[in-house]
Amino acid sequence: MEFKMQTRKLEFYYGKVRALSKITMGIEEHQITALIGPSGCGKTTFLRLLNRMNDVISGTHLAGDVLLDGQNIYAPQVDVVEVRKRVGMVFQQPNPFPKSIYANVAFGPRMLGLNNKAKLDEVVERSLRAAALWDEVKDNLGKSGMLLSGGQQQRLCIARVLAVEPEVILMDEPCSALDPLSTLRIEELMRDLKTNYTIIIVTHNMQQAARVSEWTGFFLLGELVEYNKTGEIFQRPKDKKTEDYITGRFG
Amino acid sequence: MAPREKFDQHLKELQDEVLVLGSMVGKAIARSMNALKERDLELAKEVMSGDTGIDHKRLDIEERCIELIVTQQPVASDLRTIIAVLNIIVDLERIGDHAEGIAKIVLMIGNEPPLKPLIDLPRMAEKTQDMLRRSLDAFIDRDPETAVNISNEDDEVDELYDQVYRELITFMLEDPRTITRATRLIWAAHNLERSADRVTNICERVVFATTGKMGETGESRY
Ligand SMILES: Nc1ncnc2c1ncn2[C@@H]1O[C@H](COP(=O)(O)OP(=O)(O)OP(=O)(O)O)[C@@H](O)[C@H]1O
Ligand SMILES: [Mg+2]
Repeated sequence: MEFKMQTRKLEFYYGKVRALSKITMGIEEHQITALIGPSGCGKTTFLRLLNRMNDVISGTHLAGDVLLDGQNIYAPQVDVVEVRKRVGMVFQQPNPFPKSIYANVAFGPRMLGLNNKAKLDEVVERSLRAAALWDEVKDNLGKSGMLLSGGQQQRLCIARVLAVEPEVILMDEPCSALDPLSTLRIEELMRDLKTNYTIIIVTHNMQQAARVSEWTGFFLLGELVEYNKTGEIFQRPKDKKTEDYITGRFG
Repeated sequence: MAPREKFDQHLKELQDEVLVLGSMVGKAIARSMNALKERDLELAKEVMSGDTGIDHKRLDIEERCIELIVTQQPVASDLRTIIAVLNIIVDLERIGDHAEGIAKIVLMIGNEPPLKPLIDLPRMAEKTQDMLRRSLDAFIDRDPETAVNISNEDDEVDELYDQVYRELITFMLEDPRTITRATRLIWAAHNLERSADRVTNICERVVFATTGKMGETGESRY
């Protein structure tokens, strides 16, 4: 079984401080993989390594491989822009640009050279529909993205990622700023999206990980302690540390 | 205070309540068998009215379980404990029903002349009670090995049942006038045989609560 993404003995250092040690993990295509673990255990660091977002932080150092469809994304000849197009990211705080809804979604495709108005219209509509936002904004595409509710803004950010047709979507606590209903809508959306995309989500919400994901990885102090089917992790974790964390007896 | 101290306290209370229910049920079996042996109709009636208490206790425990699920969103071993409790109390309640069944038979027999002195039936009852008590201890101790062993002891109850059954069939063949009385005793034995089977279910839940593995611990011949 070929993984969509794979890390092999991945290590990462901020200066001399090791944030991740020897993470070997395979991400299944068209599945949702959840990463859980206490604050500071390296979830965000790991996620950002999957689309080279950590490249910009100076003084960092990486060892090991990150493979996308079997190709090392850190190989010298690889184009970072291409990697980030194929592996998109949604952040914790919804961060629409201070521009119209339309311009937010069209931003990526324009950057990639698409200027045909009809084609852009089509991409914007398709992306907003896929992000389950179209019906709410279709009559107001000129309205500023900043004026949407938090849950709508997050779906706008998802539409913005979808517009460049990625293969993998990384989500770093995408619902932590949202109310329960908006959270459930994003989760529903994730389940729809996985037909066409591979999704990796970092969440502090254990119920959310249990609800949406097929696979769950538990990180602790920069290590991947346990990685298994979500049902297994939440019913019969193998490692005592996983058990303590998910049952709230950690620390 | 440890993060889950209150919850741990509730889980412990929950399991204490299971022991209380278990001892109510064990007593019901013992008393119903005494009633049968001694033809004590009053005692039989008490067992029957006592069954309501067992039913209430079971519902009370079930409610506690649901409340813990709703308020604590348990996972892993916490979840398995609660699910095991939910299953065990059903088996306990049913064993209570079997005791009630025996008490009803006592009332049916009324003052008919005894068919024979009862020896194997009380043995079946004792064995079942013993297995029941130890299975609940194994639950509290999270001791799956002991649970599997207890489960295997079900064979002894099955053998006693066989013996009782064969003996009573012989009575019936030799003298058809005994058919009614012998049939009643077979029912009583059947209630005990079923009760012991229920204990093996409890043993399976001990294994599940401890290891997360589901499945039969042993095979009953019936
Ligand atoms: N830019 C940075 N420079 C130096 N150290 C950093 C930087 N970013 C993160 N770290 C350190 O790396 C470790 C892992 O941090 P990371 O943000 O990956 O954790 P996390 O699991 O995402 O935590 P949280 O759940 O709080 O978001 C932490 O000890 C953190 O202090
Ligand atoms: Mg983080």
